Amino acid sequence: MLNSIEMKKTMSGAPVRFIMVIICGMMAITLMALQGNSVVNRRQRAMPDTNKWPATFGFGRTATAAEISLWDIAIRPDGKGLPPGEGDVAQGKAIYAIKCVACHGENGRETPGIKLAGPALVSDTSFKSKPKTIGNYWPYATTLFDYMRRTMPYNLPGSLTNDEVFSLTAFLLSANQIIKPDAILNAQTLPRVIMPAKKLFVIDDRKGGAEVK
Amino acid sequence: MEENKKTKLENVTGRISRRTLLGGALAAAIIPVSSSFGKYIQAGVPVGPVNDPTKMIGPGPSVLGKRSPFEHPVRKPSDISSRTPLQDLYSTITPSDLHFERHHAGVASIDPGKYELLIHGMVNRPMKFTLADLKKFPSFTRICFLECAGNFRTGKEEMTPQDILGLTSQSEWTGVMLSTLLREVGVSDNGSWFLAEGSDASLMTRSIPRKGWDEAIIAYGQNGEALRPEQGYPARLLIPGWEGNTNVKWIRRIEISDQPFMTREETSKYTYPVKDKIRMFSFELDARSIITFPSFPQKVERGWIEIRGIAWSGRGKIITVEVSTDAGKTWAPAQLQQPVLAKAHTWFRYLWQWNGDGTEILSRAVDETGYTQPTLKQLAEARGTDLGGYHMNPVTAWQVRSDGNVLFKPENWK
Repeated sequence: MLNSIEMKKTMSGAPVRFIMVIICGMMAITLMALQGNSVVNRRQRAMPDTNKWPATFGFGRTATAAEISLWDIAIRPDGKGLPPGEGDVAQGKAIYAIKCVACHGENGRETPGIKLAGPALVSDTSFKSKPKTIGNYWPYATTLFDYMRRTMPYNLPGSLTNDEVFSLTAFLLSANQIIKPDAILNAQTLPRVIMPAKKLFVIDDRKGGAEVK
Repeated sequence: MEENKKTKLENVTGRISRRTLLGGALAAAIIPVSSSFGKYIQAGVPVGPVNDPTKMIGPGPSVLGKRSPFEHPVRKPSDISSRTPLQDLYSTITPSDLHFERHHAGVASIDPGKYELLIHGMVNRPMKFTLADLKKFPSFTRICFLECAGNFRTGKEEMTPQDILGLTSQSEWTGVMLSTLLREVGVSDNGSWFLAEGSDASLMTRSIPRKGWDEAIIAYGQNGEALRPEQGYPARLLIPGWEGNTNVKWIRRIEISDQPFMTREETSKYTYPVKDKIRMFSFELDARSIITFPSFPQKVERGWIEIRGIAWSGRGKIITVEVSTDAGKTWAPAQLQQPVLAKAHTWFRYLWQWNGDGTEILSRAVDETGYTQPTLKQLAEARGTDLGGYHMNPVTAWQVRSDGNVLFKPENWK
């Protein structure tokens, strides 16, 4: 039914449209004649878009505070985003032994002759040697919390509680001899931890050009 | 009656797929099928190799096309990535099912009906956009390459372009410009970085500074169809010319900030030693090229050979590709297939008459900033011998042996 109605409308509109097309066409021919090379002029007149954009398109909706807080999990180096709660080295060591050791090795260290599924996390070497670990390569302690909470353990991503993440962070920083074994980590203390590798990092300043850097 | 006909056709079709799977390079022939209309419907059934295709009617139209049974280009997967078979491709567009992959917790499975993108932080109005919302905005389409920052392997002669640098691919991407969405939320003047977060199991995050915002696209289309799941279905961030990792797939959140977040991927990964320091926030991928023909495992014969390959730069257009057929002693410009697009794979050709003597063939790209693709030795001199696995773009050399075999030339830098 709808189709036949639409067809009728189209047919009744046809003569009017035909006349409009003729008029527009004549106007266009007149304009072209006035302006000389029509193709060039039309190109010059081409606008970035067919119509001026409105101030807003009105697509999408305002996000609620609850929706934002559900996803807003990123932690910045200044500690912004760190949740309440705390953890310590001893608890972290216990959690590590259950949830992390299978992929990252005994106490986070490489074990000669054993290929680990995940990278080693603890070493006593400089950043120029392998393995590159939290102790010799990670520039910010907050990254540990952020990363572990969003994606560890690999087989159960996002399953750790905030206290567990604080404890694991404490254990790994202590194992790398960056904090003391009796340290307590929370939203206040974690951002204050200075990582040994931080001083090594430089921001790429290349901008193209002939020089190979 | 209509149902009968359909059932019969499906039976035949089912038989085709099973037999094709079993048969490999089987050709298809036609058998007449009697329909309930009393007419003959022709359907393809593979019956074995065709000796004379002019004497056998081919299969009829189908709902989905397939590659010729004689062509088998495939990606080369590892646990964490898969590589594009560059040596099997012509010109610059990568078929979507051959686009390289790199993901950090597998391919996310996302219901497009439930998909939402959140933009918040230092904005006037935090907003959520559904996929349908994204598609309503003015659209934008661009052809550009996408390359992993860790796209360099060496070590043995029996390596193909796919093995050496198969983590680069090119598509025509369609989506909404990020700037269009940022206009809707109203970004604070102090907003200088944003965090891009994916909704895969790694909740992949990268911090993107202002200089990457202008050309960024929230892409939902790839080569004319919806994104492939491996490329971030239903929507991803795309920053032409920037290291692959910043092009966050399955994107669900953009948080405007006045500083970088120092995520795991931009600190402990995707950074690399440069002499006594560690360089971070290398975004643009430098000019690079590779000869894809002739390359390992192809074999050539003396006479005319059209050397072919691709060149690209994350900093703009390729202006020249030079080719050497005498192991780098002399260089001559190759033909560039037009149009040359900025931040896009560019197809180059160089006609060479090979006299049959063993030699080495090489290519090097020059981009519009005046940068010339370096040798591995130059990179090692500039950065120190503890070269990291990221942002490596050395000239690739192929050894052409007098017997016609072509082998990669692995180089040491330590």
